[in-house]
Amino acid sequence: MKSSHSIFWRNEYTLAALTVLALLAGSRLSSHFLDAGYLLGTTTLYVETGIMALLMTAIIICGHIDLSVASTLALTAAATGVLHAQYAVPFWLACCLGMLLAGMLGALNGVLIVGMNLPSLTVTLGTMALYRGAAQILIGDHSVGGFPAWFCGVDQVYAGPFPVTLLLLLAGGCAMALFLQRTTLGRCIYAIGNNKTASRLSGLRVGAVEALLFTLSGLAAGMCGLLMASRLSVARFDMASGKELDVITAVVLGGTDIFGGKGGVAGTLLALCLLALLRTGMGLADIPSEKQQIVVGALLIGAIALPRLAELARKQYMKRQKPAAAG
Amino acid sequence: MSSMWKKTAGAALLLTLLSGCHRQIVTQTTVSTSGPIRVVFIPKNSGNPYFDAVNTGFKKASGQLGFKYTQLAPATAEATNQIPIIQQQIQNGVNAIAISPNSTDALAPVLKQAMQKGVTVITVDADMTGSESSRNACVLPTDFSQVGSSQIELMGSLMGYQGKFAILSATTDAPNQNFWIAGMKQALKNPKYSKMTLVGIVYGNDDPQKSLLEAQSLLTRYPDLKGILAPTSVGLAAAAQAVESARDAGRVQVTGLGTPNQMRRYVTDGTVKEFALWDPSAMGDLAGTLAYLMAKKSVQPAPGVHFQVPSGGSYQFGPNNVLSTGPLLTFSKSNIGSYHF
Repeated sequence: MKSSHSIFWRNEYTLAALTVLALLAGSRLSSHFLDAGYLLGTTTLYVETGIMALLMTAIIICGHIDLSVASTLALTAAATGVLHAQYAVPFWLACCLGMLLAGMLGALNGVLIVGMNLPSLTVTLGTMALYRGAAQILIGDHSVGGFPAWFCGVDQVYAGPFPVTLLLLLAGGCAMALFLQRTTLGRCIYAIGNNKTASRLSGLRVGAVEALLFTLSGLAAGMCGLLMASRLSVARFDMASGKELDVITAVVLGGTDIFGGKGGVAGTLLALCLLALLRTGMGLADIPSEKQQIVVGALLIGAIALPRLAELARKQYMKRQKPAAAG
Repeated sequence: MSSMWKKTAGAALLLTLLSGCHRQIVTQTTVSTSGPIRVVFIPKNSGNPYFDAVNTGFKKASGQLGFKYTQLAPATAEATNQIPIIQQQIQNGVNAIAISPNSTDALAPVLKQAMQKGVTVITVDADMTGSESSRNACVLPTDFSQVGSSQIELMGSLMGYQGKFAILSATTDAPNQNFWIAGMKQALKNPKYSKMTLVGIVYGNDDPQKSLLEAQSLLTRYPDLKGILAPTSVGLAAAAQAVESARDAGRVQVTGLGTPNQMRRYVTDGTVKEFALWDPSAMGDLAGTLAYLMAKKSVQPAPGVHFQVPSGGSYQFGPNNVLSTGPLLTFSKSNIGSYHF
């Protein structure tokens, strides 16, 4: 979060201001928008994206990327469904095996990236297709359902006015923020993202940290697979297809540097909140999905370009203040 | 930063402990009872000429009956992309949702929520097969049990009811095509078609290249072939291409199911004389009318119930409250100019 200590603004303030603007715009667009119960209910649609984004934040800070999360989600849900429906495995056990598989899928990414020293972009681009293909081979174009009643509809479970899945996301966000800011391992992730070679020479176990992150990312995606299967009451191979881009959008819009070393969970969650409010507001106003995409795309470019412009302006300002130091 | 997080986490945990968890119970009715009836149509995806034609039908019904109509399409044909749109429309207090579902079951929970809130839900073009309780009624483009016999009649009329013909289908396990082919075989038992011989069924897997190869090999394998019947739009275009490049037009009749946009050039240049498909705009018209009348509580669907369309025509609900729009429409040089899907 070094550059966010800019004299002009912190990235989180920009996002918070934009979120307020989105709330105002939404209430102008539709009279049905400012309904706390409804807005809290819609958050359940974004919880899966949010949980994957928490891990993606850590991975991007570490200087990597994981494009396979949405495919891992689908394969975990598909495998869990098939184990229960075709092999009559008790459902709780199928869920555990599904999570085990998710961890292994994440670990496979880690082994390929760390063990063989391959770029994470290429490896996870490959496993993105591989895992999605495996899910399709497993269940084809059909849906797998027949889950027990206790499992279905987790998005309809509330604690007071709050959906429990939203609370789960917020709890995960707090845990991840504490992990990144307050633990040695968390600080190592920033160090690796800033300068991998220096980190290695300082004795950090770079490979172990990276492999751990990819495994955790797989586990998080697997949990999201179970959450989505519960929400839809079925598992399908095309679940969450393209969601990896939403996840990365939230992380990057949240101010995490795509080249690593900088960023944080608060920005990611604020960005997700902003995206959710925008989509909901435009959806309620019957704005077609094509136009919604244009707004989201423009917002992303703007949110990245503005701090960069501010940074350039600051450097110019500093140069003028200390001409000797600049030389 | 982290102290803020701690406070948030503490508050969230406290609330959870205090309140305990419960399943949300839907009781409140949000459907607006004042103002004009509002109907929304959610197609499978946007930018799809087929659904643009369905949309035209909805608009026609809306203009004639005076209900407020909006079409809202997800960017891609995926079930989870239709869910936010459905929830937003429930929140907006829409009276009826007509949807071409991208999944027969993943949409069931959210559509049931809509019904619990008093929204009329009808499926259009495809049904929630196996989850029929998550919609009130369904409008299908045509009676699928009649497609096979109607296709054989079309093929027969083009080849003078005699000679050899072959079928170029989609995949070996495509449920619709297999159902229609079974109907074709049944129809061929009719003495009217006794001089027509079905020499084989080949499968192009709905892949343009494979379909073209299969059509070309049919032409070389059966030099006296008089017709190719392709009940799939990819296969029909491929068969027309094969016959056109072999300069066999006239000797080999090509027909089947396809869209006017795909077949326009083959009909214009005479390779294909006639082909068929249902009329998506008539389906949209019927679905819009039904959605409006059901939201007004003027029609209560039930199997066997007759339903009178204000602009004329009567329909009968089949099992599971399914309505079929009408017979297949035959396209030829004379009428293809007025269809754009």
